[in-house]
Amino acid sequence: MTVVQEPETEAAAPSAVTGAQLRRQLGAAVRVLLVLTVLCGVVYPAVVWGVSRLPGLHADAEGSVLPGGGSSLIGIDPVPADPAADPWFHTRPSASAPDDAVAGLGPADATTSGGSNLGPRAEDLATAVQERRAVIAARDGVDPATIPPDALTASASGLDPHISPAYAAQQVPRVARVTGLPEDRVRALVAGATEGRALGFLGEPRVNVPELNAALVGAG
Amino acid sequence: MAGALQLLVLLVLLAAAWRPLGDWMARVYTDERDWRVERLVYRVARVDPRSEQRASTYAVAVLAFSFAGIVLLYLLQRLQTLLPWSFDRGAVEPGVAFNTAISFVTNTDWQSYVPETTMGHAVQLAGLTVQNVVSAAVGMAVAVALVRGFVRSRTDRLGNAWVDIVRGCTRVLLPIATVAAVALVATGVVMSLRAGVDLTGPDGTVSTAAIAPAASQEAIKELGTNGGGILNANAAHPYENPTPLSNILEIFLMLVIPVALTRTFGRLVGSGGRRSGAELDPSGMRQGVSLLAVMAGLWGAVLAVIWTAEATGAAFAGANLEGKEVRFGIPGSALFANTTTGTSTGAVNSLHDSYSAVGGGGTLLNILFSEMTPGGVGTGLYGILVVAIIAVFLAGLMVGRTPEYLGKRLGRREVTCAVVVTLTMPALVLLGTGLAIALPSTGDAMTNAGPHGLSEVLYAFASAANNNGSAFGGLTVTSGFFQTALGIAMLLGRFLPIVAVLALAGLLARQPRVAASSGTLSTGTPLFSVLVAGTVVLVAAITFLPALALGPIAEGLA
Repeated sequence: MTVVQEPETEAAAPSAVTGAQLRRQLGAAVRVLLVLTVLCGVVYPAVVWGVSRLPGLHADAEGSVLPGGGSSLIGIDPVPADPAADPWFHTRPSASAPDDAVAGLGPADATTSGGSNLGPRAEDLATAVQERRAVIAARDGVDPATIPPDALTASASGLDPHISPAYAAQQVPRVARVTGLPEDRVRALVAGATEGRALGFLGEPRVNVPELNAALVGAG
Repeated sequence: MAGALQLLVLLVLLAAAWRPLGDWMARVYTDERDWRVERLVYRVARVDPRSEQRASTYAVAVLAFSFAGIVLLYLLQRLQTLLPWSFDRGAVEPGVAFNTAISFVTNTDWQSYVPETTMGHAVQLAGLTVQNVVSAAVGMAVAVALVRGFVRSRTDRLGNAWVDIVRGCTRVLLPIATVAAVALVATGVVMSLRAGVDLTGPDGTVSTAAIAPAASQEAIKELGTNGGGILNANAAHPYENPTPLSNILEIFLMLVIPVALTRTFGRLVGSGGRRSGAELDPSGMRQGVSLLAVMAGLWGAVLAVIWTAEATGAAFAGANLEGKEVRFGIPGSALFANTTTGTSTGAVNSLHDSYSAVGGGGTLLNILFSEMTPGGVGTGLYGILVVAIIAVFLAGLMVGRTPEYLGKRLGRREVTCAVVVTLTMPALVLLGTGLAIALPSTGDAMTNAGPHGLSEVLYAFASAANNNGSAFGGLTVTSGFFQTALGIAMLLGRFLPIVAVLALAGLLARQPRVAASSGTLSTGTPLFSVLVAGTVVLVAAITFLPALALGPIAEGLA
């Protein structure tokens, strides 16, 4: 067994690096790297993966898929069969919505993720916000000035499953009208899909759109 | 109010972890015994853990280890099709593979590719996750070697790089990351070996969402201040950061080691580098606390700027929510953005490019502070120690005495090393940005025009040269120029300072300890903290004010 060791005394200048030293350290580097690759790249992830198979963690580890087939963590905007009779709660605009959708108001492409990266003074962003405002106001029959900001802006992931309680409330009358459910019933479904701040102070109050639409399907 | 509570709880958690983790790390790097798994590593790798290395050998070991890491990571990407779980994602292009190999080995984790369509799970785990761990261990090793330089005297030995690197993995990074990864899965972070999960919408459409073994990488990417997402949207992706709870945990993970290392430093300085149990000189701990105060003060100051700017600077829609996620809101986004740029992590839970001029400028400023508020794992500590040396030197100039810090004289050679560390980054950032702006193709690569476009380029080079890795993502960086230039900036930004820091450590270790005299500047005091913080701000202002004036400042005033 060869051992990487420096002699305690060396005749050469103390800071000089010899070729032999270089080769020794490079050899050690490759061997240490390969061993640590097994430890950090195989053993560590395998342990985490193994624990994630436990009941209670398994469903989360595989993407939090709801009984209805959606995921409570992935917001993909549903497309109404008839835009004039739109029965769904809608997510926020997405930078990965199809190009033919108005200003990101369409189903996100969940095979990838990301946002617009538009700066606050970008003209494209101003135009997009204007277009979204008009389309959403017409769809929900509300005053354009009252539309909450999360409805008008694209999320960072493009897959934000949440909207603000204000945006959900804005959509309740339309959903109730189109689905024929009483408004109170729809409002109760919204309440069921609403999460407050975790522990009372972490994050923001929000409504989970995939869960809400799944509940809507169940109720209708 | 809720946002303030969130901040308060974060600070309480960090305060609670500071002492046990800091003391633990001090033990890790002074322990004379090896764990069984470590003995196995040394035996397989044929390394003698008891041999001590000179500064030059220590540096060669670190450089050789990183060079081997770059080669292995490049090959894994290029040969991806031969590996399992590659899902027809194909061999990674040479330019991307080059840039990514450097990026992950230098602890930058800058990403010029879309992970979910480019990298299969084998490259993610056996390549990128590995470097997430070991590049952080290298940072800690270099920091510890510098501390040994202060603690030891009349020796040319700095310790054993292999032992320091291996122990960083086995005793600090992997245990914490394993616990954190399981906690993250419990909040909803995915850990799946599938390529995608089929989802059925309420309207009946079926779509596929990308999925990945994210939890293990998420934990170490934050804990090791790496920051590379396994999914393109990084910590903004609901599968990487699903709830406000996972968000605060990820912020905590980014901060906990850089913050606790100030205690490790104080402990090692106070105990003269001997094993734990030795009597502790309380003045040593004051040295650590004085540096922690600098980190905390600047982190808090920039946080206030970003938070205020994002909470009040709405341009169009009534709130600055473009590029932010509803579950985090402004406080959770600002806290994350400030932390990821102050720790050299570079993970994002919101898009800095879409921040207000002042808020985005704040994230850029954090990076331009040269990543020491509190900085990356290890890099933050050696970064701020170098600034402390500069500060002591400046103070020495004012009173006309040979400066001393922690019982070591700071002569011409020591200060030269410190200056090399300090000036490498500004040179890379300014030369790189200037070169990029001079190229006609750069205009087309920008998403945003005018001053904001300049900010995108400045941010890219600042992020690369400081090994941060976050981006004003609107800049398209897939051209040969950006792949190469940013790759070189990452490489030099990481390894020139490391070589200079280890040379400095060698010079300090050889010196005898000098007793403090009446002319010695008293360090470890609030006045000293102010002096160091002033030096950080002054260096950044002198070098970057003109560039910042043309970027975020011009945009903010327009």
